[in-house]
Amino acid sequence: MSDLEPSGPPTAEPTARHTISFTVNGESVTAEIESRLLLTDFLRHRLRLTGTHVGCEQGACGACTIQLDGQPVRSCLILAAQVDGRDIRTIEGLAGPGDELTAVQQAFADQHGLQCGFCTPGFVMSVTSLREQSQANGRAPTEAEVQDCVDSSYCRCTGYVNIRKAARQALGLPIDVPVSLDSSSGQVSE
Amino acid sequence: MSTEPNDWLIGQSVPRVEDDRLLRGAGRYTDDLHVPDAAEVAFLRSTEAHARITSIDISAAQAMPGVVAVYDGASVVDRIKPLLNAEELRVPPGIADLDPVNKLQPAPILATDEVNYVGQPVAMVVAETRYLAEDAIEVIDVTYELLPAVIDVEAAQAEDAALVLLGEDDNIGVHVRHGKGDTDAALASAAAVITETFSTQRYVCAPIETRGLVAQQDPFTGSLTIWSTTQTPHRVRDHVAESIGLPVDDVRVQSVDVGGGFGQKGILVVEELLVPFAAHDLGRPVRWIADRFENLTADAHAREQIHHITLGADADGTLVAVKDHIIVNLGARNMVGLVVPYNALCHLIGPYQVANADLEATGVLTNTTFTSPYRGAGRPEATFAMERAMDRLAAELGIEPSELRRRNLITSEQMPYETGLLDRRGVPQEYDSGDYPAMLDRAVEMIDVPAVRARQAAEPDRRIGVGFALYLEMTGLGPFEGARVEVMPSGRVRLYTGAPSQGQGHRTVFAQILADTMGVAFDDIDVLAGDTASIPYGVGTIASRALVTAGNATAQAGELVRERILDAAAGVLEANAADLTIEQGIISVTGTPSVELTLAELIRSVPKLAGGSGSDGLGETSYFQPPNYATASGAHAVTVEVDTATGRVEILDYVVVHEAGTIVNPVVADAQVVGGVGQGIGGIMSEHLRYDENGQPITSTFSDYLMPISEMVPEIRMDEIVCPSPTNPLGVKGLGEGGAVGPPAAIANAVEDALRPEGVSVRSGPLTPGRILDMLRSAAVSQ
Repeated sequence: MSDLEPSGPPTAEPTARHTISFTVNGESVTAEIESRLLLTDFLRHRLRLTGTHVGCEQGACGACTIQLDGQPVRSCLILAAQVDGRDIRTIEGLAGPGDELTAVQQAFADQHGLQCGFCTPGFVMSVTSLREQSQANGRAPTEAEVQDCVDSSYCRCTGYVNIRKAARQALGLPIDVPVSLDSSSGQVSE
Repeated sequence: MSTEPNDWLIGQSVPRVEDDRLLRGAGRYTDDLHVPDAAEVAFLRSTEAHARITSIDISAAQAMPGVVAVYDGASVVDRIKPLLNAEELRVPPGIADLDPVNKLQPAPILATDEVNYVGQPVAMVVAETRYLAEDAIEVIDVTYELLPAVIDVEAAQAEDAALVLLGEDDNIGVHVRHGKGDTDAALASAAAVITETFSTQRYVCAPIETRGLVAQQDPFTGSLTIWSTTQTPHRVRDHVAESIGLPVDDVRVQSVDVGGGFGQKGILVVEELLVPFAAHDLGRPVRWIADRFENLTADAHAREQIHHITLGADADGTLVAVKDHIIVNLGARNMVGLVVPYNALCHLIGPYQVANADLEATGVLTNTTFTSPYRGAGRPEATFAMERAMDRLAAELGIEPSELRRRNLITSEQMPYETGLLDRRGVPQEYDSGDYPAMLDRAVEMIDVPAVRARQAAEPDRRIGVGFALYLEMTGLGPFEGARVEVMPSGRVRLYTGAPSQGQGHRTVFAQILADTMGVAFDDIDVLAGDTASIPYGVGTIASRALVTAGNATAQAGELVRERILDAAAGVLEANAADLTIEQGIISVTGTPSVELTLAELIRSVPKLAGGSGSDGLGETSYFQPPNYATASGAHAVTVEVDTATGRVEILDYVVVHEAGTIVNPVVADAQVVGGVGQGIGGIMSEHLRYDENGQPITSTFSDYLMPISEMVPEIRMDEIVCPSPTNPLGVKGLGEGGAVGPPAAIANAVEDALRPEGVSVRSGPLTPGRILDMLRSAAVSQ
């Protein structure tokens, strides 16, 4: 039984309607949606899962990153109609109300890896995905994978330094990136 | 203050109370608010840089499904007063004596007969959803008769230039000239003179959360509530009330969780008047959140300046004169007056002593989006010009650039230091405190200049360079900020202030101050900032001012409430107030530890006390008016390597030494500086808001407008010195902007140093691989 009760399309909406069923954060949801509805708008305004943020609607900024069938994706580039039968996980699906923060969330708090917090859910979902992938593979992520992961979203507040630390803590890597005078110190080397 | 200094939270890196909510996705940003029945807005915006509107037909849009209302210029022109950022446009008396030009050019709410930049709002559709509103926008029919568009600031100043705004006499929006001594004479007799033009390109705040608001007319009281991304809620309240003709008390503006501001959300735009107007007019909640295209093309732009600068010095490098003509691109209107031009002017010389200065700033109109303050507000641009010029002077004289700087710095013994110029308020500019030589020495040591020089000599085939940038910022802009502190019925303490957070951590930092001031537990304090209903007056969070103004107001109000608590407790405990202490929110009698009273017990008894004061509880409001700016400072030092084959600039090492008085929360403070550095790196390395020659913006997405990603920002090595400000009881200074001021100059200096063997001149950013290769080619041709 789901307590996620989606609201439906407005009466005036001219595009075709579809009924979709999928899971969000482990709960089954069935909803009537219009053809052109973006997944971000469905999650945010129909399900009121507002933790997924919208920064550009162009797939560039990463703030709307969620997991779709376990993989990190930009939810602003996906139509709600495309998720029929699939499994979605958002920031709200990590630590429940009153539960302890996940290791990734805690790492961002420990390292002051957020300021305004707007990009944070995207980063947390990206790092969570890499952590889960590395756990599934039974090996630590490579430095290149870490760099790809933290390069996947824009943050305008932190200058990324503490986001990198948070990611490294969450991924079980040494937190301080060595400063090398022979390569860009922002570029972690293998 | 009641607790022992070693227990003080001021100075401790208390973990942020904000984080838990934000990390769970439980933040409440403006677009997260669920206001039942809210209609949504889309704007039709000008597609032309300059044109006459010959007709607008909204009838088809009105008939579209789901459309609630359509407004064009004609339908609002008599109902909403044009937009004027009056506070920013005010000229203080001392500055007025300089006989400045500051043209008041109110922005039309919606264009009626003329559009002046691409992105200017022309019509507003209110519909059931944003999707439906955008459908209706598509069928509004506007015909334009094109007018000449002026995009380039130098061309805009030509005698025969076409007018940016019809009806004006010329394209000058702002002009001011100010100086000291006899600059021309000093330059004529100087041993060394360098003249150069250094420019900062247009780049923008681009907070990840765009501007937005939700407005709702209260069905019971008729008052209007606005939830907003604004940095300045009281100013929004005042403007909305004035523009749509409501009593100011009937407008409530609440700044909720805000996803970064950086200045862009600190000035008002017409959309912020139109949305409340629509809610008022329709009696229905209305929401507008800018999309990224609107944010990049039609919200405030920033930075674009040209400096024609001349420095003169004695043979030993002692500066004798500075002359600069600053050209600021205002965009299509004079939105914020002297703020950016004069800030650039009065921060140009920064930490150096020089007897003669002739500084002129001209704000020029162009048919581009209006510009306004962005983190640093004229200082990054001025620092770029001054610090690049200092490197040129060093090269001319054959002096190590850091040594040239050292010879000209104001010393700590000279503090407080009067510069001989007027500050932004129009009173003599006085630096209150600082130790610039110590700061520079630390930076020189950390970046290890001799090692860089040795490496350049040892590896002549590599292009490695070092650069510095020194700057000051006069922080803590007045005139005031307030704090209301109140003991709540639960015994918890609540702080209200007009200065909201856009990520700076006010809930934590102000609670640290209040805990120390009052002697209550940090965990028992709630900070609610940016709600005009909770405190009647406020300015907001701009200009590195919140900690200085709201922080000290918090301390003042906390002290007053502490006195009230002790007086009331004295009555309850039948003790002398002077014998009472408060620690962790528990009041006790000195020497009688068995007698204790909690704040919860006290507040419950206060209204019931026989012979009480008649006052309504334990709350006080206090306003802090800073007597002078608290002048913070910074020294950035960077080493880079340039790959002459690809044009790529790599940052090898980046050092910041900063001084911002008493630090309340070191982790938060350092992160503010690092965040600023990240934005400064974006500004010099990749960001450029560009127009084509017809005034069409061509960097209107995040795929074209290139902000730094993680790998572009290196680790930042930091150190600080502390010179508590004598201008305020907490001894604090602002540091929100400083980090963004240094990188453009420091990195450009390092790049020119690295490319000295190639004869490259760096006059402007961004230093993209393509532009570096262009500079290398033109240097090769001219050699």
